Amino acid sequence: MGYPHKSHPRETPVLSKHFGDPAARTLDGWKARGGYKALQQALAMEPTAIVDAVKASGLRGRGGAGFPTGLKWSFMKIGDGKPHYLCCNADESEPGTFKDREIMRWTPHALIEGCAIGAYAIGAETAYIYVRGEFIEPIKRLEDALAEARAAGIIGDNAMGSGKKIDVWVHRGAGAYICGEETALMNSLEGKRGNPRIKPPFPAVNGLFGQPTTINNVETLAAIPHILNNGAEWYKAMCLSSPKSNGSKLYSVCGNVSRPGNYEVVMGFSFKEFLYDLCGGPLPGRKFKALIPGGSSVPVITSEEADTVKMDYEGFMEVGTMLGSGGVIIFDDAQSMPRQLARLARFYAHESCAQCTQCREGTAWMTKILERIVAGQGTYEDLDTIFDLAENMTGKTICVLSDSCAAPVTSGINKFRGEFEALIKGKRSSTVAVGV
Amino acid sequence: MEDEGLKTVNLTIEGRAVSVPEGTSILEAAKAAGVLIPHYCYHPGLPVAGVCRMCLVEVERSPKLAASCATAVAEGQVVHVYSPQALEARKGVLELLLINHPLDCPICDQAGECELQDYTFQEGRADSRYHEPKRFNPVEDFGGDVLYVPNRCILCTRCVRFMDDVHHTPVLNVSDRGDRATIGKAVDADLTQPWAANVIDLCPVGALVSKDFLNKARAWELDRTASVCTGCSQGCNTILETRDNIIVRQKPRSNDAVNHFYLCDEGRFNYRWMNRPDRAETPKIKVADVLTFVDWEIAYAEAAKALGGKRAYVVASPALSNEALFLLKQLITKSGGEGVFRCRTGPEAPLPGVADLSLRADRAPNVQGAELLGYTRRDADVLGGLRDGDVLILADDEFEGLDTTAATKASAIIVIGTVLPLNIPTPTVVLPIANVAEEEGTFTNLRGRVQRFLQAKAAPGLARPSWFALADLNAAVGLQAEHFLPSSVFAALASSEPAFTGLSYETLGLYGAPVASVQAGAN
Repeated sequence: MGYPHKSHPRETPVLSKHFGDPAARTLDGWKARGGYKALQQALAMEPTAIVDAVKASGLRGRGGAGFPTGLKWSFMKIGDGKPHYLCCNADESEPGTFKDREIMRWTPHALIEGCAIGAYAIGAETAYIYVRGEFIEPIKRLEDALAEARAAGIIGDNAMGSGKKIDVWVHRGAGAYICGEETALMNSLEGKRGNPRIKPPFPAVNGLFGQPTTINNVETLAAIPHILNNGAEWYKAMCLSSPKSNGSKLYSVCGNVSRPGNYEVVMGFSFKEFLYDLCGGPLPGRKFKALIPGGSSVPVITSEEADTVKMDYEGFMEVGTMLGSGGVIIFDDAQSMPRQLARLARFYAHESCAQCTQCREGTAWMTKILERIVAGQGTYEDLDTIFDLAENMTGKTICVLSDSCAAPVTSGINKFRGEFEALIKGKRSSTVAVGV
Repeated sequence: MEDEGLKTVNLTIEGRAVSVPEGTSILEAAKAAGVLIPHYCYHPGLPVAGVCRMCLVEVERSPKLAASCATAVAEGQVVHVYSPQALEARKGVLELLLINHPLDCPICDQAGECELQDYTFQEGRADSRYHEPKRFNPVEDFGGDVLYVPNRCILCTRCVRFMDDVHHTPVLNVSDRGDRATIGKAVDADLTQPWAANVIDLCPVGALVSKDFLNKARAWELDRTASVCTGCSQGCNTILETRDNIIVRQKPRSNDAVNHFYLCDEGRFNYRWMNRPDRAETPKIKVADVLTFVDWEIAYAEAAKALGGKRAYVVASPALSNEALFLLKQLITKSGGEGVFRCRTGPEAPLPGVADLSLRADRAPNVQGAELLGYTRRDADVLGGLRDGDVLILADDEFEGLDTTAATKASAIIVIGTVLPLNIPTPTVVLPIANVAEEEGTFTNLRGRVQRFLQAKAAPGLARPSWFALADLNAAVGLQAEHFLPSSVFAALASSEPAFTGLSYETLGLYGAPVASVQAGAN
């Protein structure tokens, strides 16, 4: 992790190696730590060779969906006569996720290098980094680093003397959660209201400004230089479990836990050891009760389920949840799940872009029902309505925001129904040990 | 449908085989198969938004339900519109659309022609499971003819897309997010725009209502008649809606060759004159310089006597039908006279998003017809050709702005009109005729398209349809002119006027057809 605590010996710091080290922020400091070698190497390669290397590394999208990055890049047809664009999704607005923020704060050059390599690999001359509006410090660090890189000729019309044009720009968002959805991000970048677009057409065909576009997460792009420097095999080998999940992954841990923060471990790490050893386990006198392991949009699991998980894309799927963005939210036995889930639903109701009926009305209705249950005014019928509503909100809209609201709520009710029923019966939740 | 070199895609919708050009949406393909998939945000004249999610259908071998407006057809697709899964999903959408809806149908102008009512009745739940307080926002005046009732709004964004993509005047937007979202209006602009009232027709619910029609009538009390707008020479197809013999609303009738789905505000509200009470209702003749009610036959005879051998100088209104103008032309030809007209003009107002659609400068529906039938346009000096001893026939020209003394050259004045013009010397004969809403006929628009209009209400008093009165008048002066139907007048017109060759009421149908010269030009 490196910041604010020291790195744990069982971590595998690749992306987080220089967290907490202000010297790594400067161009000289970054070069001294091996920076921009990968870009130099990449610019001498054929773009397809870079795509092949990324494919071979097994790197998958770190933003949440886990789509193979090399495959995504290969959708961009080089030489089709159209301008291509690379968008870096740095909107990181998923509750419980704060890994990209640290990458941008401590190693902005890593992201710039990743963007430049990615842009070159997909035939783009322009890369946009769309940063969440609230990220004041990361934006400052990125812009400082960009200015240095531009002045040094690393990016620009003649990137590193290769004769190739690669420009990277920072665009500051205005704070809408939905702008982290890739098509809404493109609309926002174009100056329009940040509404998700209907797919197809997919961004690789018709993306930013109607041109072929690839959108990658910060963590994904930041991993690219490491893959080129150390080889695809090295990256692919960072795996303790499923051959379909490779490399290191940053996890943002928050909630009722002794050592919240960012941790970097290899794929397939034991979740139980991660929680109790690296993160220090629950607070004194408490017990873990429930976890949302991949940012607020994924289904809730119980701590018993968490104990069995291998931390990779497949491992989290086995217990019915997802690796997602790697934002681990931990609830201990002092928390009321109905209250937590009502709060979560309220977030989605607030952030719905209002396009699709199911999302606009469903998230708000869901919130109202949950808040009524929390206030002791719920009925058993309400629980049935929530499940029916959740069914209506799943798989029927343009983007997955409404699915993301339904998933934690229904899984939470399924796993902690007793707490809901206790509230409905007019009692305080029996499983809550300490005051809510 | 196989032009433009597009491949044909074959698919099955609700068990019916359909073939449509590739790129067609499932929703449009279903229409072609005779299946109307319920929808709100989709409109054929607007870009696809795919937001209401009402048009969800089941496509075999597809993991999710498809929004049929935004999904292109694919070869061999099997689509189920009424499968339990699709019905359940649409029922869910309807429930969500209604949770915050005020259900104020009894006081809503849209009731009876509301798609929210229709689809809820068809597929919705009978009850509500919503126990929370409903969202409330006050009614807002959007300017022009438009009131916005946000509580009824389903945020389909048709109005926003019309103003952005068709009107090219981006006045409306979606403001705020989540269930707080409403349609917003730009602060420094409003819907006082030439074509803005179309948003009222486009709104599938009662969220955008017309101030003009507010609380005037219930939709189910109205009789609807196909007509043509008389506001300008564009000839937009319209529906005249009457209640108890009074026109209460004019709406566009879609015709892709003329006005697509739209009607300009000026044309839309140009219907009140059709209800005017100060009409010429009975035939009259001049007896001792006073107009006296007489029987139609006496009036015809009196008119024939006045004409007897004299030159007829006909000032015709360019709002008269082709049929009336044709019969007048026969009279002019027989007498060796001349036919003239004048037309009021005004500024043009195009609808930018639609090709060749505009509020035209000529503010009359049949300027082209008058010209094709040999009438001379004399805007500045309509009586300039009147010679001493001529019989002046005022054919629905109301003499407005003309000098009374100019008419004194005439040996007699015959008024064939809906009203008796003021400021003229006492006419010899007055033949009262029906106005456009009260008779059947055709107009020729500025592109030479001949279009029929039908009778929407009864004419007052003894007034007769113009073709009827003129045919009888022509018979009285000895012309072969016995007509029992407007279609027979049109048949005579088509056989004697080369421009109209080959046309008949049957071939015109309700969407019209171009005159021969335009057809030749097109080929």
